[in-house]
Amino acid sequence: MANLTPHKPSLWHRHAIFEKNSIILIIGILVAISIGGLVEVLPLFYLKSTIETVEGVRPYSPLELAGRNIYVREGCYNCHSQMVRPLRDEVERYGHYSLAAESMYDHPFQWGSKRTGPDIARVGGKYSDDWHRDHLRNPRSVVPASIMPGYPWLEQTPLNIAHIGEDMAVLSVEGVPYSQEMIASAVSDAKTQGSADDGSTASFLKRYPKAITRDLGGNGGKLTEADALIAYLQLLGTQVDFKLYDDKANIR
Amino acid sequence: MALALLSAAFALGALIVAAKAYTPEYAFHAYIFAAAGVASVFAVVNRYYNRPAETPQLIDGKPNYNFGPIKFATLAAVFWGVAGFTVGLVIALQLAYPFLNFDLPWTSFGRLRPLHTSAVIFAFGGNVLLATSLYVVQRTCQARLAGELSPWFVVLGYNLFIVIAGTGYLLGITEGKEYAEPEWYADLWLTIVWVVYLLVFLTTIWKRKEPHIYVANWFYLAFIVTIAVLHLGNNAAIPISIFSPKSYIVWSGVQDAMIQWWYGHNAVGFFLTAGFLAIMYYFIPKRADKPVYSYRLSIIHFWALIFMYIWAGPHHLHYTALPDWAQTLGMTFSIMLWMPSWGGMINGLMTLSGAWDKLRTDPVLRMMVVSVAFYGMSTFEGPMMSIKAVNSLSHYTDWTIGHVHSGALGWVGYVSFGAIYCLVPWLWKKKELYSLKLVNWHFWLSTIGIVFYITSMWVAGIMQGLMWRAYTALGFLEYSFIETTEALHPMYVIRALGGALFVLGALVMVYNIYMTIRSPKTALIGSQAALAPGE
Amino acid sequence: MNMTFESLSAFAASWGSIYFAVMFFAAVAYALWPSKKSLFDRASRIPLSED
Repeated sequence: MANLTPHKPSLWHRHAIFEKNSIILIIGILVAISIGGLVEVLPLFYLKSTIETVEGVRPYSPLELAGRNIYVREGCYNCHSQMVRPLRDEVERYGHYSLAAESMYDHPFQWGSKRTGPDIARVGGKYSDDWHRDHLRNPRSVVPASIMPGYPWLEQTPLNIAHIGEDMAVLSVEGVPYSQEMIASAVSDAKTQGSADDGSTASFLKRYPKAITRDLGGNGGKLTEADALIAYLQLLGTQVDFKLYDDKANIR
Repeated sequence: MALALLSAAFALGALIVAAKAYTPEYAFHAYIFAAAGVASVFAVVNRYYNRPAETPQLIDGKPNYNFGPIKFATLAAVFWGVAGFTVGLVIALQLAYPFLNFDLPWTSFGRLRPLHTSAVIFAFGGNVLLATSLYVVQRTCQARLAGELSPWFVVLGYNLFIVIAGTGYLLGITEGKEYAEPEWYADLWLTIVWVVYLLVFLTTIWKRKEPHIYVANWFYLAFIVTIAVLHLGNNAAIPISIFSPKSYIVWSGVQDAMIQWWYGHNAVGFFLTAGFLAIMYYFIPKRADKPVYSYRLSIIHFWALIFMYIWAGPHHLHYTALPDWAQTLGMTFSIMLWMPSWGGMINGLMTLSGAWDKLRTDPVLRMMVVSVAFYGMSTFEGPMMSIKAVNSLSHYTDWTIGHVHSGALGWVGYVSFGAIYCLVPWLWKKKELYSLKLVNWHFWLSTIGIVFYITSMWVAGIMQGLMWRAYTALGFLEYSFIETTEALHPMYVIRALGGALFVLGALVMVYNIYMTIRSPKTALIGSQAALAPGE
Repeated sequence: MNMTFESLSAFAASWGSIYFAVMFFAAVAYALWPSKKSLFDRASRIPLSED
């Protein structure tokens, strides 16, 4: 090794200052760790190809947003993923593979990392509301071999959406296109969506096209946490019409 | 005295928030903060009145080390370790026997699982790192810990964060991001504690008499600095109001996924790897009484590891909606990560050259060496699993859980147990551990436990992956999802058994540590703390 | 010059990897440099020094 000609004599002992001076060492560490992070994270924000151009994806309605908060609160992501991979068996079992566009309004994303339970990215519309209600109360009543915990308290707890408007205000700050009108009528919209026979359904549907409005409450429109969660679950994976979506255009 | 006023104001602020809190759970947390504020006022005030004149830096020429906070962190690590392992055992049993969820919000798997991961990673691992880093930096710099109150603030503040995060999960206060679940106010508190931790660590290094900074401190510095960067990046959230526990992460969708797993993988990379490599670089040479195999290899190992680990995040997102270029980049660097990881393993194992016989007589050293072997195993399995083709089978299955626990139980667990077994006699100035036979019991009980755990998860994971993609001769999907869940039951029972053995081993350790501190048998006769194991 | 993604990634692929290789060999050469041997051996004995 001795005959290795040092090609940078002056810099040669440069490394010694890492060993002697903690501030230089920290700067060295920060530089070393920031290269990887920046190269991988930044392009995702400015590359147009990151999120597919697609129609139909809309922000969550107040009731769906409240349902999503319950989904996060109960930690459903620990066993359920929301990401159909472009693999033959998954596309056949679950439906079209998930697009980045379908989760672009999700703060935080809930793709999940474990399937103790099945993937639910496309569960919207597959089961009836009543099936969901029984399943949440006691999973084994509809799926005998299920190892899912029961959530009987969801349908006994009245839904607290007094502050849902503030949630939507914060989300609009973070880039989710909630209009002032949506935020103002948040609480009433939630009630409209939860009960089918309300006069203001037309204006609600103008704000949230194709939203499902029917008597989720099942007990005269008094909304419970189970109703909000079911509203959210029934929406999952139904927003993009894949007959119109052109796979080839968005390969990236 | 300014500190006393500050904590009094803090307590008052917490009370106001408690009064106007949106949800009762948040009020409960605000009361905890208020109680902590009041307690710190009393602690600061009586500390101020009966503090010693000026704590000496040196006592007859030797540095007067500050072991108080380290003792607390070591015992906290043992306590949280057993608590975290037990919660892990409970949720493993819940998967095998779902009625154990009791259909109650506070015992449901969805809330207990984050409690398990945070308890074993941040509570157990965190306290082990606090204790060992504050110990190692003093011994390798031959200088007393900087500051008198600040080390206590770091240790107590960190454990307050754990209490807030832990009780928060059970009450349903979570941000829904894996391994970053604590809500915005817990994140803010952790940021304050972490900045003070960095300052205490740095000022101790500046006070050093030994000109060279030993490589273990490099790894500790990389651990503290990088976790700060990761924490700030991943937890950028806007609360809906000061009086509400709910906040919304600033990132969304695919960008949030990338940042989450940039954080997630590097929480493993810097919290559970770089931090614990620092423990390896100090405690194995110290226990084997031989210098590290090649100090020069540790320099290459350090820079290569911290540079490459950062890139590996996307291997958690293979075949998802993350753009393909990012997935391939993550995979490539994950495979290259195998080299620096094994560089560390070789450096640790070869330190034993010339002292391999010690493995027969000293179970503590055997535990640390086996931990490095587990480190080598799981950092070989990791790069293999990050290959897209392999990952398409392993992702979302129990195989990932097997990989995680071979690293967590084998590497992190064992190197922590080894460090605790070394630290307790030194901290409490005892001749030696109460009983090396009990360490042997702990070693064999938990090793068998780990083997049960890993093998059952491998079998379960690969079987589940294959069943998902199985097609019949006629070209239909062979199994429904529930059939795969049913088939996993036996493996879940064996895994719970493995976990039970691991908890049992930890309880043997607790008894051994308790007796080491309490029993007169280990009292120190000579004045000089014995380092080499007795017998 | 127009910084398109393609031009950047082409630059990174070519010059970037050369830069990484040079940095790696410099680090390895530095660490294994014979005259440094005594310094590092002394450094590796720090934990064993009994104070």
